[in-house]
Amino acid sequence: MSDTDLQDQAIQVDTEKGNFSYPEDYEFDAGVGLNEETVKYISKVKNEDPWVLDFRLKALEIFNKKPMPTKWADTDLENIEFEKIRYYLSKGQVPARSWDDVPDDVKETFERLGIPEQERKFLAGVEAQFDSEASYSRMKEDLEKEGVIFVGSTEGLAKYPEIFKPYFGKVIPTSDNKFSALNSATFSGGSFIYVPKGVKLKQPLQAYFRINAENFGQFERTLIIADEGAEITYMEGCTAPKFETATLHSAVVELVALKNAKIQYITVQNWSSNVFNLVTKRGMADEGAEVKWIDCNIGSRLTMKYPGVVLKGQGARGEVLSIALANDGQHQDTGAKMMHLADNTTSNIISKSISIGEGRSTYRGQVHMPKHLKNCKNNTECDALLINTNSRTDTYPAITTRGQNNTVQHEASVSKVSAEQIFYMMQRGLSEGEAMSLAVNGFVNELMKAFPMEYSVELKRLIDMEMEGSVG
Amino acid sequence: MTTTLENPTHSLSANEPSWLAERRAAGLDQFKSLAMPTARDEAWRFASVGKLSIDDFNPVPAPATSTLDALTERSDLVTARAGRCVYVDDAPANFEGISQELADQGVIYLPLTEAIEQHPELLEKYFLQESTELGSEKFFGLHAATVKAGAVLYVPKGVEIADPFVNYYWTSGTRSAVFPHTLVIAEDNSKVSVVDLFFSETKENEALNISVSNIHAGANAHVFRKIVQDWNEKTVSFQLDTTVAERDAQVQNVAVNIGAERARFESQTRIEGPGADVKMYSLTVAEESQEFDQRTYQTHNAGNAVSDLLYKNALLDNSRTIFSGLIKVAEGAQQTDAYQTNRNLLLDPTADANALPGLEILANDVRCSHGATTGNVDEAELFYMMQRGISRRVAMQLMVFGFFEEVIEKIDSDELAENLRQLIHNKFESKIK
Repeated sequence: MSDTDLQDQAIQVDTEKGNFSYPEDYEFDAGVGLNEETVKYISKVKNEDPWVLDFRLKALEIFNKKPMPTKWADTDLENIEFEKIRYYLSKGQVPARSWDDVPDDVKETFERLGIPEQERKFLAGVEAQFDSEASYSRMKEDLEKEGVIFVGSTEGLAKYPEIFKPYFGKVIPTSDNKFSALNSATFSGGSFIYVPKGVKLKQPLQAYFRINAENFGQFERTLIIADEGAEITYMEGCTAPKFETATLHSAVVELVALKNAKIQYITVQNWSSNVFNLVTKRGMADEGAEVKWIDCNIGSRLTMKYPGVVLKGQGARGEVLSIALANDGQHQDTGAKMMHLADNTTSNIISKSISIGEGRSTYRGQVHMPKHLKNCKNNTECDALLINTNSRTDTYPAITTRGQNNTVQHEASVSKVSAEQIFYMMQRGLSEGEAMSLAVNGFVNELMKAFPMEYSVELKRLIDMEMEGSVG
Repeated sequence: MTTTLENPTHSLSANEPSWLAERRAAGLDQFKSLAMPTARDEAWRFASVGKLSIDDFNPVPAPATSTLDALTERSDLVTARAGRCVYVDDAPANFEGISQELADQGVIYLPLTEAIEQHPELLEKYFLQESTELGSEKFFGLHAATVKAGAVLYVPKGVEIADPFVNYYWTSGTRSAVFPHTLVIAEDNSKVSVVDLFFSETKENEALNISVSNIHAGANAHVFRKIVQDWNEKTVSFQLDTTVAERDAQVQNVAVNIGAERARFESQTRIEGPGADVKMYSLTVAEESQEFDQRTYQTHNAGNAVSDLLYKNALLDNSRTIFSGLIKVAEGAQQTDAYQTNRNLLLDPTADANALPGLEILANDVRCSHGATTGNVDEAELFYMMQRGISRRVAMQLMVFGFFEEVIEKIDSDELAENLRQLIHNKFESKIK
């Protein structure tokens, strides 16, 4: 067996790492399809306050009213069959605090994905969500003493309404888009985090999202509040088995960075290729605060995700760094939004996409600087790499600038891996696939450095895997 | 909408060929069936469509001979020319035909109506065959139904003409609607240049312009088109331009946009042969409450070709500009080089620049880039000049000239370049006290 075969074999196991599922035996199941009863069922199971149910029902109304955004978006959206999806599945609403209490099949799922191992290594806290509810949630004790709150959405709204209610649904209003409305009606799980004034988390908090059931829709809701001067890094990962039918993931993530706070939100999205991943993410940055989205999209059938930052206070900073990899049958429709609402605010967007085979990657961006502002700056760079002759990439930015001393620059380029580069490496004994992987890794290398080390290693491996057999 | 525009009153030539009658009918149909653009239309994003109205504009009767003569007199921006036509409110004012020498070589340069009569086959092949795809399909329909003024230029294979053909389109009457048309057909290996100028008689006469220009550049043809749009600020203008470039064709479009209350400029380039090289340059000075709405489309259907776009806008007062460009590289169009750059210079804090630079790439072996920047004038540079006794507005004007020189110097005629500098200067003059 040659070296490359061995390598292929080793990689083969890893590619299939997330592709398994356990029999479905759920205690709580809202059934198939979405109507008022589904929403009431979810709310009842969660024992929610009446205002939360009202919020959900209003959202359902908005969801039903809003048209699909197919005017500008991929028409593949029309293939989502909302009436065939199951909106709530769980084995219980209270997450286990000890790994031993987690049901065996769920435990095995996450062990196969390496969750407890990672926690031991370097995380300050972990939450693992299995379909609709978190099955495991734990945070290091010393953080609890400092007043850090790290709970699921249900627990957050029930136990700490005075903290979370004022910001809940405020950064992303229910009516923001059709899918934020859908999430607001059916949300379950996700993380609600509060970091008190001046507390700086040295280690990241992590959430892991897993879809196990077929025809299921996962709608987690995350709200992170960093009080004045606080700092937090949050990471999320996600996988699902490869089912024949489409699965829907539609999250809403709201970040609130108060004066001088810093929030860094890292996503490594590796859904299987049957998942519609339609996510709304937005952060609000107060005076001197910083919100940074680091976003990596490798999996899913269609991803539509445009993380945004509302730069509300003087001197606020927003950043989006994103990597997207679109393989055959995938459309990575990603981008960023920067809304400048105060003087001296700056924003930076760097997006790199790679299209392989018939994969399609799209960048959509919006940068807005209204009239009355001074000294705002935005820098946008988007680079696309096309691997095969039938690969596709699109770029659609929208930039509005007014005001004094505001500067905006946008640059985009499209390129391919040059034949000389590949020839040079192959001449030195690398296979064509290895040479291609190396070239692609070089293309994203700059951005990769922005990810925490463990993630960039993982990312590099995922990219290597996706590149296998892609040379054409 | 007025019924007059929908049912043109002016008599179109009764003996028009049937193909033209059909195209006119189809155009009218298109105009009537399509809705007015709304703010929700992606092709009209950022445009203030709420304020867009073409109501109460009508084709007007031909102006008095004295007006025609006076405006012909003023049609003097380019003196060295191979031919000239002057229209006022779509009525022919003056026509300078080509020399016998060029006629002997088979060159055709005629007013539109005469070209239809004398060369129906040629016109059937090219006239009204390239519509816009950028949002003004409705207005293209109205143009097709109504057009009677315009110039047709045909250059046979291998013929090279040094001096430009110059077409002046004036408005003069009360709420006049005009539909000028420039058609350029450059056969293989030919070389030709054209200047289209759009002017208003006074600062006050309100007008609606829906003009169309189509360039067909054959294999290795060289076409250079310059467009000067200096309507008064009571004009609503649509310019719907297309360029088709065959193998090795070289086409340059340079547009200078100064006037109009609101001007929509749709410019499409379609590359159909390898080796083609198309340049699209534009500079715009926007002031007061002017709105310049620029939509461009570079389509590469063949590989190994180049397209390069540079749009520069300087904005004063409450003016607005919208640049929305798209490069589309078709599947299989490998080795394409396509570039798109939009630069906006904000001279006043209330001006508003919007940029929507887009790419759609379906081939992998390409070099494509787009860039958009928006910035203010450098305060330190302004200070330097003001310290030397130059007033703020004059200093700004100097900087605008510096900003524009990159485009102006691409114009090969010194005379025209100097005239354009003067037009830009005039625009600033009112502001320099």
